[in-house]
Amino acid sequence: MPIDFLYPEYEVVRDASRCIACRACERQCSNEVHAFDEELECMVSDESRCVNCHRCVSICPTRALKIVKTDHTFRENANWTGDTIRELYRQAGSGGVLLSSMGNPKPLPVYWDRLLLNASQVTNPSIDPLREPMETKTFLGKKPTKIERDEDGRIKTELTPQLELSTPILFSAMSYGSISYNAHESLARAAEALGIYYNTGEGGLHQDFYKYGANTIVQVASGRFGVHKDYLSAGAAIEIKMGQGAKPGIGGHLPGTKIVGDVSRTRMIPEGSDAISPAPHHDIYSIEDLRQLVFSLKEASGYKKPVIVKIAAVHNVAAIASGIARSGADIIAIDGFRGGTGAAPTRIRDNVGIPIELALAAVDQRLRDEGIRNTVSLVVGGSVRSSADVVKAIALGADACYIGTAALLALGCHLCRSCQTGKCNWGIATQRPDLVKRLNPDIGMRRLVNLVNAWTHEIKEIMGGMGINSIEALRGNRLMLRGVGLTEKELEILGVKHAGE
Amino acid sequence: MLKEGRSAAGENRIPAGCAVSSIFSRSGKRLDGSEIVRSISIMHERSNGLGGGFAGYGIYPEYAEQYAFHVFYNHQKAKEECEAFLNRHFDLVNLSKIPIRKMPQITDEPLIWRYFVTPLHTKLMESQLDEDEFVVRCVNRVNTEIDGAYIYSSGKNMGVFKAVGFPEDVGRFYRLEEYAGYCWTAHGRYPTNTPGWWGGAHPFALLDHTIVHNGEISSYDANRRCIEMYGYNCNLLTDTEVITYIFDYLVRRQGLTLEEVANVIAAPFWTTIQNRPPKERERLTYLRNVYSSLLITGPFSILVGFTGGLMALNDRLKLRSMVVGEKDDMVYIASEESAIRVVQPDLDRVWSPAGGEAVIYTLDRVKGKTAKGGVNRAH
Amino acid sequence: MKRVYVDEKWCLGCHLCEYYCAFANSGRSSMVKALKNRKIHPRIRIEGDNQISFAVSCRHCTDPICVKSCIAGALSVEEGVVRIDEEKCVGCETCVLVCPYGALMPSESGVMQKCELCIENAGGKPACVAGCPNKAIIFEERA
Repeated sequence: MPIDFLYPEYEVVRDASRCIACRACERQCSNEVHAFDEELECMVSDESRCVNCHRCVSICPTRALKIVKTDHTFRENANWTGDTIRELYRQAGSGGVLLSSMGNPKPLPVYWDRLLLNASQVTNPSIDPLREPMETKTFLGKKPTKIERDEDGRIKTELTPQLELSTPILFSAMSYGSISYNAHESLARAAEALGIYYNTGEGGLHQDFYKYGANTIVQVASGRFGVHKDYLSAGAAIEIKMGQGAKPGIGGHLPGTKIVGDVSRTRMIPEGSDAISPAPHHDIYSIEDLRQLVFSLKEASGYKKPVIVKIAAVHNVAAIASGIARSGADIIAIDGFRGGTGAAPTRIRDNVGIPIELALAAVDQRLRDEGIRNTVSLVVGGSVRSSADVVKAIALGADACYIGTAALLALGCHLCRSCQTGKCNWGIATQRPDLVKRLNPDIGMRRLVNLVNAWTHEIKEIMGGMGINSIEALRGNRLMLRGVGLTEKELEILGVKHAGE
Repeated sequence: MLKEGRSAAGENRIPAGCAVSSIFSRSGKRLDGSEIVRSISIMHERSNGLGGGFAGYGIYPEYAEQYAFHVFYNHQKAKEECEAFLNRHFDLVNLSKIPIRKMPQITDEPLIWRYFVTPLHTKLMESQLDEDEFVVRCVNRVNTEIDGAYIYSSGKNMGVFKAVGFPEDVGRFYRLEEYAGYCWTAHGRYPTNTPGWWGGAHPFALLDHTIVHNGEISSYDANRRCIEMYGYNCNLLTDTEVITYIFDYLVRRQGLTLEEVANVIAAPFWTTIQNRPPKERERLTYLRNVYSSLLITGPFSILVGFTGGLMALNDRLKLRSMVVGEKDDMVYIASEESAIRVVQPDLDRVWSPAGGEAVIYTLDRVKGKTAKGGVNRAH
Repeated sequence: MKRVYVDEKWCLGCHLCEYYCAFANSGRSSMVKALKNRKIHPRIRIEGDNQISFAVSCRHCTDPICVKSCIAGALSVEEGVVRIDEEKCVGCETCVLVCPYGALMPSESGVMQKCELCIENAGGKPACVAGCPNKAIIFEERA
């Protein structure tokens, strides 16, 4: 039916005067956009297949290619936008749920960008991180409410298990299956080199990566894929995934096309079967059930690992977090509505959940009001894009930040939001061997290490400007923040003053 | 009078510069207050006339068993309300106006009263609190609930004297030469706004702990939001108030020694901790980790007075000056050496403590908090 | 001595090394001028298929059989690098026959050509190494 014809969103522009017909673009495009036309003796492209991932643009040796948004348009309409119409046609044709990948792209407020940072002038010196020590070491885990001493009066220094981070950044959960072996290897090796942690996501842990256990957080999600005793004991911490910012209220989706070979073995499910995690954990219908799972996991791992409970930022997040803090969890991870994913129903991704900035501010304050902030650590994610976002998150009250999308970008992701197709040209969100090999972990790991080191340098610079020389003095230090262009209510929830106050 | 930090525009934090000084007799010899006034007055340039104050220890031997409350009242009604409250909760052994000397340099003084009190046995039993905690709660209630009343000194056998003015004038105003104590601390204030409130001058006190402080801490809101979890209300919005509460929390409620407190608030750098012997490394790591939100960053030099002793501490980078001098049994600690030399030109020893190095002196006869007499330098 | 090594695990078969090689040895200032509408004659070649591929170029053998076989004395070893003097080459193709790697091949002009590690043209860093998008071609010293 011609109604379903949609003009391609992107056009491939090839500068014929530059193209040498080396055909690298053709060889590198898994979507088969480019081809060499023997008759015309030149390269041609089928832009209807293009996902705008920039692989061809990046490798073209003569810079002959660019991708532009088409100027083909519907009649302008602020209400019925082109995207809305296109999606409607697709659904009318298919009868299906729309699927998307990565975080919410809608122009909703980004509160990080409405928060400004402080610096010292006159009354208090700024500190130069090039010349003075500047500390970013962070411990995650429960702190005791009372110290204990032995018979000689010495403090007993045993603590419940803690995670020690050289810098307050962790790689967030991305499963083996949703991303490739080489992506996981890059993350694991980078976490080890940096003295931080990466997270297995819900797909289990490949046998080859058990050696990175000291820098691994193993996740237990509602599908329980790949969960067994050795897995629980393999990592430095165990994370219970209750929810995910990109799709609060539903479980993970991994199409059967990605369940091949080692992915199937690691997940402990048959090849080719769709891995659809249940929306809830079917053994957790209430907070007391969560407490049981927390302690089951602690029991299974000999009380040697901190337990993280990860939730999506939803309306009642502060009360939920308070419940989790009392459930025995050592760390709460909160994922904001901009968090990424390998596949989510578009409507859920774009309309469910709340911004991480507001959720974090509300949770931190609630835990303080109840006097239990020190019994649990807070890790936040869901679109932490830069070191400035990290600094703002910590000043609002986070102990550390999870970065997922940022880490993928470092690996080459160009945010084309087509992970669900499994044809990632950058070798990240794919299981096709010819594509997976495009991500050389030697390069991937180096780029991740560079990124986190660069951010750490910037965090130190910013802290130094504030006259703060250790990250813990920044945590919850909301006087270091000022809002711009925010309403009274927004400022109240964020617990910050307006600029100029 | 408006409390500091409150204005039509809302609540504002007050940064300040300052001078500090102290004199301590290890043998417990009692000295009158004129020496400390001389010492602080030499650092006139470090104050701007917007606050000065003193704390004296061992000054009320005749009431050594009673809590001595020093109170500012803005008006008679506040006094009546406060006294009614005190009568309900305490046995008032003695009450009087604090003697002052009228002088043109000190104006707008509030009503200044002193009470020697003991918690009423029945009330104390009913509260199920220990005596100190009972007193702290009562002081907090007066200060937050009774408009115009402010208890600014509440320890035993010690007292705080403070006002808006230059410290040397404040000393004369309170006739400090008429008191004798084994330890004196003093403060001259250089706030960077215009306060109108006597309570904002230093020392800050809770029970027998008093703090004088020079600096501006960059960790303020992290520290405040942590300490407020434990029932403290930082409504004066000054660094010193927060530091006072941190000391109270760590020493009285968590049972840390003063050396351990120094390891928390001016914690050694991780690289330093790494190079310590294993046991010490574990202890320091534990303290930094457990009390991480009470690490204080930014410049400060503080003098902490307590029953039987005195502690001096600089921030971990030593961004503020502080000098220690010793002569026989006498100890002098001040922002500048000049403030020591003016009262004791002939010193046995004089040095500047390193950043984060706690210098603690206790009375030779006092066994207790630090368990040993003399100087105790902890990192 | 630093040599070019190839790791087939990371070779994507994109053939870009061939183009970077051809450009580097063209003496032209831009790749477009050098290679547009031309059949290229690179000194490195991708072998294999979509599943497995790898780049092949001269190994700079320590005891190169090509040098021994050259009837014109055009091939020689200079500081470990096997070099060819195109002025001396008579085009007999004996070297092509004896090289077990297929690292020598006729050039556009008919005389033989081979990889000389870009010592003349790219400041000592072989262009194929610099241009490989996946570090499948490495230039390093190995024991």
